[in-house]
Amino acid sequence: MTALEESAAGAARTARPGRAAHPHGAWRTALARPLGRVAVAYLALLVVCSALAPVLAPYRPTATDLDHILSLPSGAHPLGTDALGRDVLSRLLYGGRTSLVDAALAVGVGMAVALAAGLLAGYFGGWLDRGFTWLVDVMLAIPVIVTLLAVLAVIGNSMSAAMIALGVLVAPGIARVVRGATLAVRNELYISAARVSGLPHRHIVVRHVLPRVAGPVLVQASLLAGGALLMDAGLSYLGLGARPPAPTWGNMISEAAGVIDRQPWLLVPPGVVLGLAILAFGLLGDVLRDTSAERTTRRLAPARPVPVTGRKVVEPTTALLSARNVTISVPGPDAPVRVVEGLDLDIGPGECVGLVGETGCGKTITARSVLGLLPPGAAVTAGSIRFDGVDLATASRATLTGLRGTRIAMVFQDPGTSLDPVVTAGRHVAELVRRHHGGSRARVRARTMELLRSVGFPEPEQVAGRYPHQLSGGMAQRVAIAMALAGEPRLLIADEPTTALDVTVQAGILGLLRDLQRDNDMAILLISHDLRIIATMCDRAYVMYAGHVVESGDVAGMFRNPAHPYTDGLLRSAPRRATPGEHLTAIPGTVPPPGSWPVGCHFAARCLLATDECRAAPVPVARLRPPRRTRCLHFDELSGGRA
Amino acid sequence: MWRFIGRRLLVSALLVFVVSFLTFLLQAVTPGDTARMILGYNYTPEAYHELRARLGLDQPVLVQYVHWLGNALHGDLGTSPISGVSVASEILKRLPVTLSLVVLATAVTALVGVGLGVLGAVRGRGTARLVDVLSLGGYALPNFWLALVLVTVFAVTIPLLPATGYVPLSSGPGRWLAYLILPVTTLVLQGVAVFARHTRDSMRDVLSRDFVTMLRANGIPERSIVFRHALRNAAIPTVTVAGLTFIGLFSGTVFIESVFAMPGLGGLAVQATTSHDLPTIQGVVVVFTVIVVLVNLAVDLAYGWLNPKVRVS
Repeated sequence: MTALEESAAGAARTARPGRAAHPHGAWRTALARPLGRVAVAYLALLVVCSALAPVLAPYRPTATDLDHILSLPSGAHPLGTDALGRDVLSRLLYGGRTSLVDAALAVGVGMAVALAAGLLAGYFGGWLDRGFTWLVDVMLAIPVIVTLLAVLAVIGNSMSAAMIALGVLVAPGIARVVRGATLAVRNELYISAARVSGLPHRHIVVRHVLPRVAGPVLVQASLLAGGALLMDAGLSYLGLGARPPAPTWGNMISEAAGVIDRQPWLLVPPGVVLGLAILAFGLLGDVLRDTSAERTTRRLAPARPVPVTGRKVVEPTTALLSARNVTISVPGPDAPVRVVEGLDLDIGPGECVGLVGETGCGKTITARSVLGLLPPGAAVTAGSIRFDGVDLATASRATLTGLRGTRIAMVFQDPGTSLDPVVTAGRHVAELVRRHHGGSRARVRARTMELLRSVGFPEPEQVAGRYPHQLSGGMAQRVAIAMALAGEPRLLIADEPTTALDVTVQAGILGLLRDLQRDNDMAILLISHDLRIIATMCDRAYVMYAGHVVESGDVAGMFRNPAHPYTDGLLRSAPRRATPGEHLTAIPGTVPPPGSWPVGCHFAARCLLATDECRAAPVPVARLRPPRRTRCLHFDELSGGRA
Repeated sequence: MWRFIGRRLLVSALLVFVVSFLTFLLQAVTPGDTARMILGYNYTPEAYHELRARLGLDQPVLVQYVHWLGNALHGDLGTSPISGVSVASEILKRLPVTLSLVVLATAVTALVGVGLGVLGAVRGRGTARLVDVLSLGGYALPNFWLALVLVTVFAVTIPLLPATGYVPLSSGPGRWLAYLILPVTTLVLQGVAVFARHTRDSMRDVLSRDFVTMLRANGIPERSIVFRHALRNAAIPTVTVAGLTFIGLFSGTVFIESVFAMPGLGGLAVQATTSHDLPTIQGVVVVFTVIVVLVNLAVDLAYGWLNPKVRVS
């Protein structure tokens, strides 16, 4: 039944070992949650009421009153009466005793067997563990319900026997969870230390291992209790439990079934009480699982994109892409956090432009904003990104979708994950060819092969039939490039296209990109943290630091004579530039994370030239000899400023 | 691939063998005497010994098992001491009823579950909440109770559908379906939410992967991403869920067939239990086990077929 399947599925989920909180801790945190409190309160109420049934019940459970049969709830009978005029509330209370005791028996047996087996197998390992694993696999294939029926067929109507059998039958799944948790604890340092120091195993298991596996065990116990209640009611519904007139929740339902045409109300009380009890155990298990797994990952509520404000009138340019004063924010813990601020960037037709900077400075998110592919909640909150007369920052989804692939395309850093694992290389390219050009099957295929050939596969038919996992990183990246080329874009954004590849393969991919740029008159925005790649590939480059473009200009001039201390530092820390015998200089300090940027120059804290003036207010962009610009007050102290 | 199938078949056969032996052993070690159960309270010692000999209960357990296994391998699962009918033929007669119920229910569950799961992953909110409510209900409400509520509403209060019974497909697909609607609906309500939740989770997982961004960035429309790429990837773990659903619903028929008085395997199991008909219940357990094992095998094969990493290597 569902509850049991669920507990098996739950077992698989909680198999994530270790991290088990102390049992009392788990209980306390579970009780701190409203849902956990409600579930525990309901179950406690059920236990107390059933235990006190002889006191609380207004009638004897078997007292018939043939003058008042099948009555709806009334003052005398709060939940009505059944076909023999017996009080439904009283029967429900007495029935609860049977059901709860039965469930407790199944849980007791199941947990005892599972704990013993799981702890032994997990703690001692070796052949014991292998035997255990094999037995569990076999036991899990046994159909639980019909096996219980077989037990009842042999033993006769004994719900206790059925519940013991249920405990034994579900124990393997739970034992597996216990074993997993034990295994994780066993390998921890303090347990190994205890073993080496000669503490008896019994002592280690009881004092050290058991408390740590208690979290997952409680989860399983709770789910099993729900499953056992369900099974108990089911079997007694089938007439295999306590004999009438003794009340159980299950036989109350089956008695109600006999009179549904006359008084359907009778289905409600036992069904609701039982359903809520199973639900409470399930919820309790969920809450315990959440707390024992110490899941602290809070999901960010996707913030509504903030409307674009403070846009300036953009002067018409000849540039293919022209970003002005772009600010991008992502949702933060309290308020949106800026990750890119006041960015200006131009790319001319057929030009190769570099975007350089350390990890986390805002390069990738800038690139994604161009395609409207910001992560959920992130938005361009100011500025404009013009491409072919369209402002991409405010463009509709449909406009952006139309541009992707045909005007602007993109390749990503990790070719291993940027292809669909269940689709062949050829189909990847063909789907885009069909999307952008259409045409007959043969034409699509011919164009696909042509594209694959153009990215450096002399025998494209061979590659086309392969799945991504059969391609090397370099090959996968070539396929990705072929996909990007399918729509003949005018701008290709390449986000660290060679970072995940071997050095020898890198050169091939970069050469390919340069050839494609030249042959197709396609502009490239090349994002990289590697100055050498930018230097060999690009005409112009933008250097980013903590959300700002700090310097931009022609690559030759900028790299020879930097006009920003950050560019200078990057160049000094690049191995190529170092003079033999001289120490490589790393820039001291780290990039400040978004949200903790200073008011003034973002680089001031790591800069040797920084003065109070730099820290006091935002630093404006200074125009040097075109096309060079710098966001530094002291650029004249660097070689680029004097040039 | 063929070696993989061969090995799986071998393990599966072994499993059926072990399970059948375990259930046999269970009968041997549990207290209670079948002969006495069948005979009731008034019987002569002669009748008792005669019955025990007829059932083979006077033999050692191992001998009983070997005897049973030998016959079982020839398709003979014994004879019911209650009805005198061959267990195998009784099971064969009833299997189509249970299979039509479970196959239909699994198919509907999978269709609706995938639909709700995809909607939940792509649209979110409303559908996600519906699935959460359904899954709480499906988890907590006993299926036999749910069945009774459906009967009350759709057969008693509004007499739309037959309350109980079953007619074979041969007497007309319309009538066959009419009798199946309520039991199938019950089973679907029981299983659909789990299915939808798993589909939703795997869809969300796939949609957050890098290749989806790559496809989006290069102009693949959202519809194709969801249905052609994400769904195919999400189908791989979902196949396992489909297998579990089938097995879960199959077990659920024990209760459902009783509610709807359907002449299937589940009903047979209950009937055999109340009348202490050991050969029959033993036969049903074995058939259930074989079906569980076959479904798991089918899931493994489908998994390999869907996942190129397994298929090609």
